[in-house]
Amino acid sequence: MHVPDGFLDVPTSVATGVVAVGGIALALRGARRELDDRTAPMAGLVATFVFAGQMMNFPVAGGTSGHLLGGAMAAVLAGPWTAVLCLSTVLLVQGLFMADGGITALGTNVTLMGLVGVAVGWLVFKGIRAMLPDRLGVLAPAAAIAALVSVPVAALVFSALFAIGGTAPVSPEKVAIAMVSWHLVIGVGEAIITGMVVASVIGVRPDLVYGARSALRARRLEIREPSTAGESA
Amino acid sequence: MSATEKRISTRNFFAVFLLAGLLIAGVASYYASSHPDGLNFVAEKTGFSDKEEASSTADGPLAGYSTKGIDNDRLSGGVAGLAGSLLVLSLAGGLFWVLRRRGTAGDEHSVSTSSGT
Repeated sequence: MHVPDGFLDVPTSVATGVVAVGGIALALRGARRELDDRTAPMAGLVATFVFAGQMMNFPVAGGTSGHLLGGAMAAVLAGPWTAVLCLSTVLLVQGLFMADGGITALGTNVTLMGLVGVAVGWLVFKGIRAMLPDRLGVLAPAAAIAALVSVPVAALVFSALFAIGGTAPVSPEKVAIAMVSWHLVIGVGEAIITGMVVASVIGVRPDLVYGARSALRARRLEIREPSTAGESA
Repeated sequence: MSATEKRISTRNFFAVFLLAGLLIAGVASYYASSHPDGLNFVAEKTGFSDKEEASSTADGPLAGYSTKGIDNDRLSGGVAGLAGSLLVLSLAGGLFWVLRRRGTAGDEHSVSTSSGT
Protein backbone atom coordinates (compact mmCIF):
# COMPACT_ATOMS: atom_id res chain seq x y z
CA MET A 1 0.00 0.00 0.00
CA HIS A 2 3.03 2.28 -0.28
CA VAL A 3 1.82 5.40 -2.05
CA PRO A 4 4.40 6.64 -4.58
CA ASP A 5 5.05 10.26 -5.46
CA GLY A 6 2.54 11.68 -7.93
CA PHE A 7 -0.71 9.96 -6.92
CA LEU A 8 -1.85 12.78 -4.64
CA ASP A 9 -1.53 16.51 -5.24
CA VAL A 10 0.70 18.81 -3.19
CA PRO A 11 -1.93 20.25 -0.80
CA THR A 12 -3.16 16.76 0.12
CA SER A 13 0.39 15.53 0.62
CA VAL A 14 1.20 18.53 2.80
CA ALA A 15 -1.95 17.96 4.84
CA THR A 16 -1.17 14.30 5.45
CA GLY A 17 2.39 15.34 6.29
CA VAL A 18 1.06 17.63 9.01
CA VAL A 19 -1.19 14.86 10.32
CA ALA A 20 1.75 12.44 10.33
CA VAL A 21 4.01 14.84 12.22
CA GLY A 22 1.27 15.49 14.78
CA GLY A 23 0.65 11.78 15.22
CA ILE A 24 4.35 11.04 15.66
CA ALA A 25 4.68 13.85 18.22
CA LEU A 26 1.82 12.36 20.26
CA ALA A 27 3.34 8.90 19.89
CA LEU A 28 6.72 10.11 21.16
CA ARG A 29 4.97 11.17 24.38
CA GLY A 30 2.69 8.14 24.66
CA ALA A 31 5.41 5.57 23.95
CA ARG A 32 7.34 6.61 27.07
CA ARG A 33 4.66 4.94 29.16
CA GLU A 34 4.85 1.73 27.13
CA LEU A 35 8.62 1.29 27.06
CA ASP A 36 10.94 0.08 29.79
CA ASP A 37 14.22 -1.81 29.95
CA ARG A 38 12.62 -5.01 28.70
CA THR A 39 10.00 -3.75 26.27
CA ALA A 40 12.28 -1.23 24.50
CA PRO A 41 14.44 -3.92 22.86
CA MET A 42 11.29 -5.94 22.16
CA ALA A 43 9.78 -2.95 20.36
CA GLY A 44 12.94 -2.49 18.28
CA LEU A 45 12.67 -6.11 17.19
CA VAL A 46 8.96 -5.69 16.41
CA ALA A 47 9.85 -2.81 14.05
CA THR A 48 12.51 -4.98 12.41
CA PHE A 49 10.05 -7.83 12.02
CA VAL A 50 7.47 -5.50 10.44
CA PHE A 51 10.08 -4.32 7.94
CA ALA A 52 10.88 -7.93 7.07
CA GLY A 53 7.20 -8.88 6.89
CA GLN A 54 6.46 -6.02 4.51
CA MET A 55 9.03 -7.45 2.06
CA MET A 56 7.16 -10.73 1.89
CA ASN A 57 4.50 -10.10 -0.76
CA PHE A 58 2.05 -12.95 -0.95
CA PRO A 59 0.06 -13.62 -4.12
CA VAL A 60 -3.62 -12.75 -4.10
CA ALA A 61 -6.13 -13.84 -6.74
CA GLY A 62 -6.03 -12.24 -10.17
CA GLY A 63 -2.37 -11.30 -10.58
CA THR A 64 -2.05 -9.00 -7.63
CA SER A 65 -0.23 -9.35 -4.35
CA GLY A 66 -0.36 -8.05 -0.83
CA HIS A 67 1.97 -7.83 2.10
CA LEU A 68 1.78 -7.41 5.82
CA LEU A 69 1.19 -3.83 6.97
CA GLY A 70 1.84 -4.77 10.57
CA GLY A 71 -0.03 -2.00 12.38
CA ALA A 72 -2.28 -4.29 14.40
CA MET A 73 0.56 -6.73 15.07
CA ALA A 74 2.90 -4.01 16.32
CA ALA A 75 0.18 -2.44 18.47
CA VAL A 76 -0.65 -5.73 20.18
CA LEU A 77 3.00 -6.72 20.68
CA ALA A 78 4.53 -3.36 21.61
CA GLY A 79 1.65 -1.01 22.48
CA PRO A 80 -0.22 1.40 20.19
CA TRP A 81 1.97 4.50 20.61
CA THR A 82 5.13 2.49 20.19
CA ALA A 83 3.57 0.83 17.14
CA VAL A 84 3.10 4.23 15.47
CA LEU A 85 6.84 4.82 15.92
CA CYS A 86 7.66 1.29 14.67
CA LEU A 87 5.69 1.80 11.47
CA SER A 88 7.02 5.34 10.98
CA THR A 89 10.61 4.12 11.26
CA VAL A 90 9.93 1.30 8.79
CA LEU A 91 8.31 3.72 6.33
CA LEU A 92 11.15 6.22 6.71
CA VAL A 93 13.79 3.59 5.93
CA GLN A 94 11.72 2.25 3.03
CA GLY A 95 11.21 5.73 1.56
CA LEU A 96 14.77 6.96 2.03
CA PHE A 97 16.77 3.83 1.24
CA MET A 98 14.55 1.39 -0.66
CA ALA A 99 12.62 3.88 -2.83
CA ASP A 100 9.50 2.07 -1.60
CA GLY A 101 6.86 4.75 -1.14
CA GLY A 102 7.47 8.30 -2.33
CA ILE A 103 9.29 11.00 -0.40
CA THR A 104 6.53 13.59 -0.81
CA ALA A 105 4.13 10.73 0.00
CA LEU A 106 5.92 9.82 3.23
CA GLY A 107 3.37 11.74 5.31
CA THR A 108 0.56 9.97 3.46
CA ASN A 109 2.11 6.57 4.08
CA VAL A 110 2.72 7.30 7.76
CA THR A 111 -0.89 8.47 8.04
CA LEU A 112 -2.31 5.40 6.28
CA MET A 113 -0.18 2.60 7.68
CA GLY A 114 1.30 4.18 10.81
CA LEU A 115 -1.71 6.06 12.17
CA VAL A 116 -4.85 4.55 10.59
CA GLY A 117 -3.52 0.98 10.48
CA VAL A 118 -2.32 1.07 14.08
CA ALA A 119 -5.31 2.97 15.48
CA VAL A 120 -7.91 0.76 13.80
CA GLY A 121 -5.96 -2.36 14.71
CA TRP A 122 -5.64 -1.37 18.36
CA LEU A 123 -9.23 -0.15 18.76
CA VAL A 124 -10.73 -3.26 17.18
CA PHE A 125 -8.44 -5.42 19.32
CA LYS A 126 -9.57 -3.60 22.45
CA GLY A 127 -13.21 -3.73 21.38
CA ILE A 128 -13.12 -7.49 20.88
CA ARG A 129 -11.30 -7.98 24.18
CA ALA A 130 -13.96 -5.98 26.00
CA MET A 131 -16.59 -8.48 24.86
CA LEU A 132 -14.64 -11.59 25.79
CA PRO A 133 -13.13 -12.94 29.02
CA ASP A 134 -9.71 -11.51 29.90
CA ARG A 135 -7.68 -14.58 28.96
CA LEU A 136 -4.52 -15.17 26.96
CA GLY A 137 -6.35 -17.49 24.57
CA VAL A 138 -8.47 -14.71 23.07
CA LEU A 139 -5.53 -12.44 22.24
CA ALA A 140 -4.33 -14.00 18.99
CA PRO A 141 -7.81 -14.35 17.43
CA ALA A 142 -8.62 -10.79 18.52
CA ALA A 143 -5.36 -9.56 16.97
CA ALA A 144 -6.15 -11.42 13.75
CA ILE A 145 -9.60 -9.85 13.42
CA ALA A 146 -8.15 -6.44 14.23
CA ALA A 147 -5.56 -6.96 11.49
CA LEU A 148 -8.25 -8.04 9.03
CA VAL A 149 -10.24 -4.84 9.63
CA SER A 150 -7.25 -2.47 9.65
CA VAL A 151 -6.21 -3.14 6.03
CA PRO A 152 -9.45 -2.29 4.17
CA VAL A 153 -9.97 0.74 6.45
CA ALA A 154 -6.52 2.05 5.51
CA ALA A 155 -7.44 1.39 1.86
CA LEU A 156 -10.68 3.32 2.34
CA VAL A 157 -8.80 6.28 3.81
CA PHE A 158 -6.46 6.25 0.80
CA SER A 159 -9.54 6.31 -1.44
CA ALA A 160 -10.88 9.31 0.46
CA LEU A 161 -7.56 11.12 0.05
CA PHE A 162 -7.60 10.25 -3.65
CA ALA A 163 -11.12 11.62 -3.96
CA ILE A 164 -9.92 14.89 -2.40
CA GLY A 165 -6.52 15.26 -4.00
CA GLY A 166 -6.05 12.57 -6.63
CA THR A 167 -4.03 13.64 -9.67
CA ALA A 168 -6.04 11.69 -12.23
CA PRO A 169 -9.70 12.20 -13.23
CA VAL A 170 -10.79 8.75 -12.10
CA SER A 171 -14.13 8.04 -10.49
CA PRO A 172 -13.59 8.10 -6.70
CA GLU A 173 -16.25 5.42 -6.20
CA LYS A 174 -14.47 3.09 -8.61
CA VAL A 175 -11.20 3.58 -6.76
CA ALA A 176 -12.84 3.11 -3.36
CA ILE A 177 -14.68 -0.06 -4.34
CA ALA A 178 -11.60 -1.59 -5.95
CA MET A 179 -9.30 -0.55 -3.08
CA VAL A 180 -11.55 -1.85 -0.32
CA SER A 181 -12.46 -5.13 -2.00
CA TRP A 182 -8.87 -6.05 -2.90
CA HIS A 183 -7.61 -5.02 0.51
CA LEU A 184 -10.29 -7.07 2.20
CA VAL A 185 -8.67 -10.08 0.54
CA ILE A 186 -5.18 -8.87 1.48
CA GLY A 187 -6.53 -8.36 5.00
CA VAL A 188 -7.11 -12.11 5.25
CA GLY A 189 -3.38 -12.63 4.74
CA GLU A 190 -2.68 -9.88 7.28
CA ALA A 191 -5.00 -11.65 9.75
CA ILE A 192 -3.33 -15.04 9.30
CA ILE A 193 0.21 -13.66 9.72
CA THR A 194 -0.75 -11.47 12.67
CA GLY A 195 -2.62 -14.27 14.42
CA MET A 196 0.26 -16.72 13.99
CA VAL A 197 2.94 -14.30 15.14
CA VAL A 198 0.97 -13.08 18.16
CA ALA A 199 0.06 -16.66 19.13
CA SER A 200 3.70 -17.73 18.84
CA VAL A 201 5.01 -14.94 21.06
CA ILE A 202 2.23 -15.46 23.61
CA GLY A 203 3.03 -19.17 23.59
CA VAL A 204 6.56 -18.61 24.82
CA ARG A 205 6.76 -15.16 26.42
CA PRO A 206 3.36 -13.56 27.07
CA ASP A 207 5.02 -11.20 29.54
CA LEU A 208 6.70 -9.43 26.60
CA VAL A 209 3.38 -8.77 24.84
CA TYR A 210 1.88 -5.37 25.61
CA GLY A 211 -1.66 -6.50 24.77
CA ALA A 212 -1.36 -9.42 27.21
CA ARG A 213 -0.72 -7.33 30.31
CA SER A 214 -4.21 -7.31 31.75
CA ALA A 215 -4.82 -10.98 30.91
CA LEU A 216 -1.61 -11.89 32.73
CA ARG A 217 -2.62 -9.82 35.74
CA ALA A 218 -6.02 -11.51 35.79
CA ARG A 219 -4.35 -14.90 35.66
CA ARG A 220 -1.97 -14.05 38.50
CA LEU A 221 -4.88 -13.02 40.66
CA GLU A 222 -6.63 -16.25 39.84
CA ILE A 223 -3.79 -18.43 40.98
CA ARG A 224 -3.29 -16.21 44.01
CA GLU A 225 0.33 -15.46 43.43
CA PRO A 226 1.92 -12.98 45.77
CA SER A 227 1.69 -9.59 44.11
CA THR A 228 4.56 -8.04 42.24
CA ALA A 229 5.29 -5.49 44.96
CA GLY A 230 8.94 -4.63 45.45
CA GLU A 231 9.43 -7.10 48.26
CA SER A 232 9.05 -10.20 46.16
CA ALA A 233 12.64 -9.94 44.97
CA MET B 1 4.18 -17.97 37.66
CA SER B 2 7.29 -18.42 35.61
CA ALA B 3 7.21 -22.12 34.93
CA THR B 4 4.38 -21.75 32.45
CA GLU B 5 4.95 -18.19 31.35
CA LYS B 6 8.62 -18.17 30.49
CA ARG B 7 9.67 -21.05 28.34
CA ILE B 8 12.80 -19.35 27.09
CA SER B 9 15.03 -16.62 28.47
CA THR B 10 14.58 -13.04 27.33
CA ARG B 11 17.96 -13.08 25.60
CA ASN B 12 17.17 -16.25 23.66
CA PHE B 13 13.71 -15.01 22.74
CA PHE B 14 15.14 -11.76 21.37
CA ALA B 15 17.77 -13.72 19.43
CA VAL B 16 15.15 -15.98 17.85
CA PHE B 17 12.83 -13.07 17.04
CA LEU B 18 15.69 -11.15 15.41
CA LEU B 19 16.82 -14.21 13.47
CA ALA B 20 13.27 -14.78 12.20
CA GLY B 21 13.12 -11.21 10.88
CA LEU B 22 16.57 -11.38 9.29
CA LEU B 23 15.78 -14.71 7.63
CA ILE B 24 12.58 -13.33 6.15
CA ALA B 25 14.23 -10.12 4.93
CA GLY B 26 17.49 -11.72 3.84
CA VAL B 27 16.47 -15.12 2.48
CA ALA B 28 12.73 -15.75 2.22
CA SER B 29 11.98 -12.40 0.55
CA TYR B 30 13.53 -13.78 -2.65
CA TYR B 31 10.42 -15.93 -2.97
CA ALA B 32 7.98 -13.06 -2.41
CA SER B 33 5.36 -12.48 -5.08
CA SER B 34 6.40 -9.97 -7.71
CA HIS B 35 2.84 -9.17 -8.72
CA PRO B 36 1.83 -5.53 -8.22
CA ASP B 37 0.48 -4.92 -4.72
CA GLY B 38 -3.12 -3.97 -4.04
CA LEU B 39 -2.66 -0.23 -4.56
CA ASN B 40 -0.57 -0.54 -7.74
CA PHE B 41 -3.01 -3.08 -9.13
CA VAL B 42 -5.99 -0.81 -8.48
CA ALA B 43 -4.07 2.11 -9.97
CA GLU B 44 -3.53 0.09 -13.15
CA LYS B 45 -7.13 -1.13 -13.34
CA THR B 46 -8.79 2.21 -12.69
CA GLY B 47 -6.26 4.17 -14.70
CA PHE B 48 -4.06 6.33 -12.54
CA SER B 49 -0.88 4.26 -12.45
CA ASP B 50 0.78 6.52 -15.04
CA LYS B 51 0.71 9.32 -12.46
CA GLU B 52 3.39 7.54 -10.46
CA GLU B 53 6.65 9.45 -10.38
CA ALA B 54 9.98 7.81 -9.68
CA SER B 55 11.12 8.43 -6.15
CA SER B 56 13.98 10.88 -5.71
CA THR B 57 15.78 8.09 -3.86
CA ALA B 58 15.38 5.65 -6.79
CA ASP B 59 19.13 5.83 -7.52
CA GLY B 60 20.18 4.90 -4.00
CA PRO B 61 22.42 1.90 -3.36
CA LEU B 62 19.53 -0.17 -1.93
CA ALA B 63 16.68 1.20 -4.06
CA GLY B 64 14.03 -1.33 -5.03
CA TYR B 65 15.37 -3.80 -2.46
CA SER B 66 18.35 -4.64 -4.62
CA THR B 67 21.93 -3.77 -3.86
CA LYS B 68 23.86 -1.81 -6.46
CA GLY B 69 26.90 -3.64 -7.74
CA ILE B 70 25.68 -7.15 -6.92
CA ASP B 71 24.49 -8.96 -10.02
CA ASN B 72 23.15 -12.11 -8.39
CA ASP B 73 19.46 -11.43 -7.72
CA ARG B 74 19.25 -13.59 -4.66
CA LEU B 75 22.33 -12.03 -3.06
CA SER B 76 21.45 -8.49 -4.13
CA GLY B 77 17.98 -8.68 -2.60
CA GLY B 78 19.21 -10.50 0.48
CA VAL B 79 21.88 -7.91 1.24
CA ALA B 80 19.38 -5.07 0.76
CA GLY B 81 16.87 -6.81 3.02
CA LEU B 82 19.46 -7.36 5.73
CA ALA B 83 20.79 -3.81 5.46
CA GLY B 84 17.26 -2.39 5.70
CA SER B 85 16.42 -4.60 8.68
CA LEU B 86 19.54 -3.53 10.53
CA LEU B 87 18.83 0.11 9.74
CA VAL B 88 15.32 -0.24 11.18
CA LEU B 89 16.66 -2.13 14.19
CA SER B 90 19.23 0.52 15.02
CA LEU B 91 16.94 3.50 14.42
CA ALA B 92 13.87 2.09 16.18
CA GLY B 93 15.86 0.29 18.88
CA GLY B 94 17.89 3.42 19.59
CA LEU B 95 14.80 5.61 19.73
CA PHE B 96 12.97 3.23 22.07
CA TRP B 97 16.00 2.86 24.31
CA VAL B 98 16.15 6.65 24.70
CA LEU B 99 12.39 6.94 25.29
CA ARG B 100 12.09 4.12 27.81
CA ARG B 101 11.20 4.68 31.45
CA ARG B 102 14.28 4.40 33.62
CA GLY B 103 14.55 2.89 37.04
CA THR B 104 11.63 0.51 36.63
CA ALA B 105 13.87 -2.46 37.17
CA GLY B 106 11.80 -3.57 40.16
CA ASP B 107 9.25 -5.28 37.97
CA GLU B 108 11.90 -6.84 35.79
CA HIS B 109 13.83 -8.06 38.83
CA SER B 110 10.97 -9.90 40.38
CA VAL B 111 10.36 -11.65 37.09
CA SER B 112 13.95 -12.64 36.42
CA THR B 113 14.76 -13.75 39.95
CA SER B 114 11.68 -15.86 40.27
CA SER B 115 12.50 -17.60 37.00
CA GLY B 116 15.84 -18.64 38.39
CA THR B 117 14.35 -20.59 41.24
